[in-house]
Amino acid sequence: MHAFSLEGKTILITGASSGIGRAMAVSCAEAGAVLIISGRNSDRLTETLHLLQGEGHSICKADLTKEDELAALVDFVPKLDGFVSNAGVVNPLMLQFVDKQDVEHVLSVNAVSAIHLTRLLLQEKKLKKDASVVFTSSINGNRCAYIGSTLYAASKAMLTGFMKAAALELAPKGIRVNSIEPGMIETELLKDGNISQEELDKDKQKYPLKRYGKPEEVAWAAVFLLSDATRWMTGSSLVLDGGYTLQ
Amino acid sequence: MEMNEFIKNFGDQFDDTDLSTFTPETRFRDLEEWSSLVALAVLNMVGKKYAIKLLPDEMKPTQTIQELYDLVLSKK
Repeated sequence: MHAFSLEGKTILITGASSGIGRAMAVSCAEAGAVLIISGRNSDRLTETLHLLQGEGHSICKADLTKEDELAALVDFVPKLDGFVSNAGVVNPLMLQFVDKQDVEHVLSVNAVSAIHLTRLLLQEKKLKKDASVVFTSSINGNRCAYIGSTLYAASKAMLTGFMKAAALELAPKGIRVNSIEPGMIETELLKDGNISQEELDKDKQKYPLKRYGKPEEVAWAAVFLLSDATRWMTGSSLVLDGGYTLQ
Repeated sequence: MEMNEFIKNFGDQFDDTDLSTFTPETRFRDLEEWSSLVALAVLNMVGKKYAIKLLPDEMKPTQTIQELYDLVLSKK
């Protein structure tokens, strides 16, 4: 169906070197978009690029917490029909061990850099009229919380607040701003061993659908929000959590 | 890295268990106050005080403070 297609749209995806961001790039390309993918690791970005259908896609390596690299990314991209902000870190740390650097790092990577990138794209007029902006947020910090995630939760709630006010402010330009709030997703971030396999297996049972989400399941939601099918949707958060927050 | 200091840092993660309870032979998993929350605090303590990233699955086989100490030492 045409409304769900991304044919003819140029879209920037950050955090595209792995996990949810990579899956989003693959799904957006399948839906017909031309992509600019960004991330910190060139090799892994190139791997993502090789997975993309269609032609005309490009890579722009950038650490979004660095001002000059952020500016170079904004300079690199053409006028966009869509932008998905997806870069993020998870660092399970109890509040009693949090120091100033931890606060700055997590908020910077997960929220502040996304805010700066959005404002720069706007200020440099890189967002077309009727563009769609999508933030990958989380149920954590917005609908629920987890032990050891004070900073992550704070960063994701920050994104939601920003998304809502930006949606209101950009509506006269026809630019839509929405977010996705996934529950736990099977990605490398989970596989790095910070949470034991036993804990993960136990946690999955708390989900009514009895499993974690898959990166492509978040990607399909991003395609939906980037497409014309949601052209009357702005300031919304799409919860994708296998029913977790129903309980 | 020194055992007495490690024991103090370990014991600091408990609120109700007296510091004098802890010795290298203490089987910490048998303590009433031991929980997944304290376990996470211990992992964080090792990360912050000794700059070592210890994973939950690595810590799982350890039973005594001595075993945990040896594990941390082996990763230094």
